Amino acid sequence: MTTYLERLPKHDKLFIPFIMSGDPTPELTIKLALLLEEAGASVLELGVPYSDPLADGPVIQRASKRALAHKTTIKSTMELAGEMRRRGLKIPIILFTYFNPVLQLGEESFFALAKQNQVDGLLIPDLPFEESGRIREKCSEHAITYISLVAPTSKERMNTITEHAQGFLYCISSLGVTGVRKEFSEELYAFLEEVKKKSNVPTAVGFGISESEHIQTLKPYCDGFVVGSALINMIEQKEKQFKVDEEKTLHELKQQIEELISPLLAER
Amino acid sequence: MTNVQTPDSFGRFGEFGGKYVPETLMLPLEELEQGLQEALKDPTFLEDYHYYLKEYSGRPTALTYAEKLSSRIGGAKIYLKREDLNHTGAHKINNAIGQALLAKRLGKKKIIAETGAGQHGVAAATVAAKFGLECKVFMGEEDIERQALNVFRMKLLGAEVIPATSGNKTLKDATNEAIRYWVQHCEDHFYMIGSVVGPHPYPYMVREFQRVIGEESKRQFQEREGGLPDKIVACVGGGSNAIGMFAPFVDDEVELIGVEAAGKGIDTPHHAATLTKGTKGVIHGSLTYLIQDEHGQIIEPYSISAGLDYPGIGPEHAYLKDSNRVEYQSVSDEEALEALHILAKEEGIIPAIESAHALATAYKEAAKMPSDKTILVCLSGRGDKDVHTLMNRMEGTVE
Repeated sequence: MTTYLERLPKHDKLFIPFIMSGDPTPELTIKLALLLEEAGASVLELGVPYSDPLADGPVIQRASKRALAHKTTIKSTMELAGEMRRRGLKIPIILFTYFNPVLQLGEESFFALAKQNQVDGLLIPDLPFEESGRIREKCSEHAITYISLVAPTSKERMNTITEHAQGFLYCISSLGVTGVRKEFSEELYAFLEEVKKKSNVPTAVGFGISESEHIQTLKPYCDGFVVGSALINMIEQKEKQFKVDEEKTLHELKQQIEELISPLLAER
Repeated sequence: MTNVQTPDSFGRFGEFGGKYVPETLMLPLEELEQGLQEALKDPTFLEDYHYYLKEYSGRPTALTYAEKLSSRIGGAKIYLKREDLNHTGAHKINNAIGQALLAKRLGKKKIIAETGAGQHGVAAATVAAKFGLECKVFMGEEDIERQALNVFRMKLLGAEVIPATSGNKTLKDATNEAIRYWVQHCEDHFYMIGSVVGPHPYPYMVREFQRVIGEESKRQFQEREGGLPDKIVACVGGGSNAIGMFAPFVDDEVELIGVEAAGKGIDTPHHAATLTKGTKGVIHGSLTYLIQDEHGQIIEPYSISAGLDYPGIGPEHAYLKDSNRVEYQSVSDEEALEALHILAKEEGIIPAIESAHALATAYKEAAKMPSDKTILVCLSGRGDKDVHTLMNRMEGTVE
């Protein structure tokens, strides 16, 4: 079985986009994944829509709602990942899901489906370290990379989290839920430096990364960026355009993404 | 056997409970846990808490023997624990006072609360005014419409009411939005949860602030009847009045019955019978029974009572159900309304529709019991807030 690390491209700085499975449609999710890889994505975070996403802001909530309207489930999301592979996607796929859908699917089915569809990693935003023991164990049994999050409020917990980090460490830029932010606090730099010093895996900053200036400024303090809401925003704004001229819209979207991550591309 | 236990280090009652929250909230929860443990051991804190319960809320609340009601129903003697006589009209104030004092002790000057029917929102706004705290109450847009009077009361008390616009725009969504707001402002805000739900230590904390209901009942009952009641009945949405009532009786030989909302019937999709029809899952930070579909998406519950239409339930109730210590039944809208009318006509007490669910079950149970037995009902709140719902429902049928 190919693992996360074997699929990871040799990028100096990671670009980790988040898209929601089934948004705007399942077919477009596949096309977006392929487009993101082409635009320079290092890892794909594939979201499972959830009715009650506690860690997400309004943009991702809306994406969840659209995806649920297409009857997207955790199972169909993994099947979509499998389809992405069949159509040539090479980068690692991290499944981003709240814990309840995993619980309802059941461990056995979950890992069987992950393997069958070549899902490489798992990220569960409402499963803090203390609650994640069993699922981590199962992940390592099945060669699935378990991604951890670290927050500015983690303080002493940071040591435990960094010690057990795999794949990349998701550093939350600031308090709050996912969503676009205008600026970041001064304390963020010290937080990122500390995490980077302690972490054995690359660090990636997420929550609010929406402008190329953010990437330019934060680049020296981390190894990569997670871009979610900003990307979902772009997709949402093009929802109607997709129906009129899909190819042209995808092309425009790719340009927008390349513009956003230009400080990363410049180094490649 | 002790069923009502101190939760383990993960905050679990058996397998239920825990802390299923975003990483950002782990520190505030740990701080709360530590602050709570210290407060509950501090005689000054407890003295303050009991002082305000007595002098501000009006405790002890009465234990009323419902004589006319008992003779109409036949069978066991029915007693009512009158939480409706509390300041603000429900048991919610017990917990709000406790958490407000704790917030102050932890140096927090701003509180966030969520509310469905508005009873917890009013209680939170009340203690915020009393203790000089800034208060934001999250409430579903739909509930804001249904409970206009309570919204006005909260505003009158100086609280800001923030409409939750996601989902069905009811309690579940208000809770989601309150948690999201808390994630963003956890450094200087105290989140005042209104029931025995949420991540640890909330279910434990709220129980400790509500157990006064059961402790008082026990003393009062012993004085009046020279023993303990044979059965105790309380309604269960999130489950705070019930757990507060049950906790001191769990080790005694008393039958305990929790009553959920069956809405339009548990065989329809329109109910809130979490323990009767729910399955295990995670909601708002804890593992418990909840109403969900096979893919793990939470389903909006239904009840005529805006205080019972919550898709989850306190994790301790889930534990008490699985360990067979408490029996959980469900009562439909119709049965609850009928029970409400009977109490109003027989005893001159208009209960909250929530409490009427407990009454409906109590009538059924009492009728099956001999006349030398006793049954105690937790009358969790008064019906003032529901008068509008009742008027709409009964239009043309009121004399």
